[in-house]
Amino acid sequence: MNTAATGPRSIGILGAGRVGTAVARQSLRAGYPVKIATTKPVEEIAMLVDIITPGARAVEASEAANADLVVIAVPLHKYRSLNPRLLAGKTVIDVMNYWAPVDGLIDEFENDPRTSSEIIQAFLPEAHLVKSLNHIGYHELEEDGKKAGAVDRRALALAGDDDHAKRMVAAYLDRLGYDPVDAGPLCAGRAFQPGTEIFNGSHTADQLHAVLAAALASSAS
Amino acid sequence: MEIGAYSFGDTPLNPDGTPRPTAEAIRNLFEAIVHADKVGLDYFGVGEHHTTSMPASSPGTLIAAAAAATTQITLGSAASIIGTDDPVRVFQQFATADAISGGGRIEITAGRGSSVETFPLFGYDLADYDELYADKLQLLMTINDSTTEHVSWAGTARPALANLAVVPRPVNGPLPIWLATGGNAASSARAGSLGLPISYGIIGGAPHRFAPLAQLYRASAAQAGHPAENAKVSVAALGLVAPTKGEALDRFYPGWNNLNVEMGRLRGWPAPDKRAYLAQAEAPGAYYVGDPDDVAERIVHLHGHLGQMRHFLQTDIGGLPHEHFIESLTLLATEVKPRVERLLKAQ
Ligand SMILES: NC(=O)c1ccc[n+]([C@@H]2O[C@H](COP(=O)([O-])OP(=O)(O)OC[C@H]3O[C@@H](n4cnc5c(N)ncnc54)[C@H](OP(=O)(O)O)[C@@H]3O)[C@@H](O)[C@H]2O)c1
Repeated sequence: MNTAATGPRSIGILGAGRVGTAVARQSLRAGYPVKIATTKPVEEIAMLVDIITPGARAVEASEAANADLVVIAVPLHKYRSLNPRLLAGKTVIDVMNYWAPVDGLIDEFENDPRTSSEIIQAFLPEAHLVKSLNHIGYHELEEDGKKAGAVDRRALALAGDDDHAKRMVAAYLDRLGYDPVDAGPLCAGRAFQPGTEIFNGSHTADQLHAVLAAALASSAS
Repeated sequence: MEIGAYSFGDTPLNPDGTPRPTAEAIRNLFEAIVHADKVGLDYFGVGEHHTTSMPASSPGTLIAAAAAATTQITLGSAASIIGTDDPVRVFQQFATADAISGGGRIEITAGRGSSVETFPLFGYDLADYDELYADKLQLLMTINDSTTEHVSWAGTARPALANLAVVPRPVNGPLPIWLATGGNAASSARAGSLGLPISYGIIGGAPHRFAPLAQLYRASAAQAGHPAENAKVSVAALGLVAPTKGEALDRFYPGWNNLNVEMGRLRGWPAPDKRAYLAQAEAPGAYYVGDPDDVAERIVHLHGHLGQMRHFLQTDIGGLPHEHFIESLTLLATEVKPRVERLLKAQ
């Protein structure tokens, strides 16, 4: 079945922190079956998942990775605790940010000219990584979503190197309540990292296209 | 319900906006605590913060001084950044303050800290964040719960303690140790299973969205076999009380704006938005800025969701004129608290 056209049938989330649980609840509202995993055994997070994200299922990471679409919502400095084998061949959203004033300086990200998502892609070479959902606050994600076609519907950018994966993510964002805007290849995610206008604000699709075009033009010149 | 205040220290500003000495902030804070005690406030929490605008870096020291100068108020940290401190030292400082107070008024609140400035300051590696916190919290609890002066403990965050004296012991047995959290669900589950009271720092958004977290906290406590009456919840939030809502909004806004401009510079945020401020200052927003009726009603409304036993406000931010802070403390104790009690009784 072509999941790209219809979007994912199931969502797996790695991380049950503020972001992971907000993504879970918003996905449940949109009608997706949701599985959540952390590094803890299922028994240890089952009650948390039942109370904080009612309707989602606490599972092991291997099972969460079986979903059509996997969302990585772990602290960036822990990315090496992800298992690249589990994510091989999967469509994966990277919501993680490198934001030194909040998370502290991490030499590896400080000294590498690539975006954080390109570093994650190199660590997960066989995953089809899409950068998105990183530039919306976790509580806004549950508040700002609107039906398709609503006036002033908020848009979210996505960037990735695999078109099939991007189509799936675009369909998912749409169902969460946001207009998806393709920013281009994974490296274009630079335009919506922390500190950028897109990261700091809320934009409609038209506004987002304009800001992205300006950002990409200035980086090309 | 207990009504209180907390502060990270607030460095006063000159008329041209430049900061005055940080020592003045500490002196002002000390005077505010003494005043809060006199007017009958139930609780005052201090620090820990390490910035020029908020210099209350050493809660144990300030609380020991305040313990000597007050008679009834409960004093605690809000919060002690336990992961980058030595739990032996933290315990000793608060047990010393407890001895000075006569016993029964001193508490410790352990937190992770919402920013990471203590890591470079005290020479810790951010990669160890979670492990340091869990291990040091456990050490603090071991020392506090010890039935003798001699404590043994082994972990990874520091060398083991082999039957070493940690003194003084608190006057009336273990000090209350609270766990502070900003809304991470795992922290609520952890506090519940450890049987520790929990303090929610709610700095934005609708406070009642914390209800599932409090539910998780209580369920975790019950699952671990802790009695329900030990599962206490407190709420720390921003706010200011003035005779009228209009005055409260006007008094709190400049400091709120200053603080957000400063944070924006550090974190690359856009200029703060006054509409966002005004929205947060109305129910069901997170800022308890208002007249006594408004603030009391919103505290009681949240009580219906969280069942908090204590609600305490941070007021002195961004160079708030000291007299406005003092008046807010007076109104909290003399006007808000009786209203809260009346409203709770009427339910
Ligand atoms: N603040 C925002 O509004 C916002 C918005 C968008 C994106 N972000 C980004 O989102 C990311 C997550 O932030 P957060 O605040 O949600 O973090 P958080 O509250 O610290 O939660 C992180 C979660 O990840 C789990 N985890 C750690 N390693 C894991 C692994 N290898 N596999 C599965 N789960 C793992 C943790 O559980 P255990 O440690 O128990 O396993 C925990 O449940 C960050 O990179 C942040 O920059 C933040």
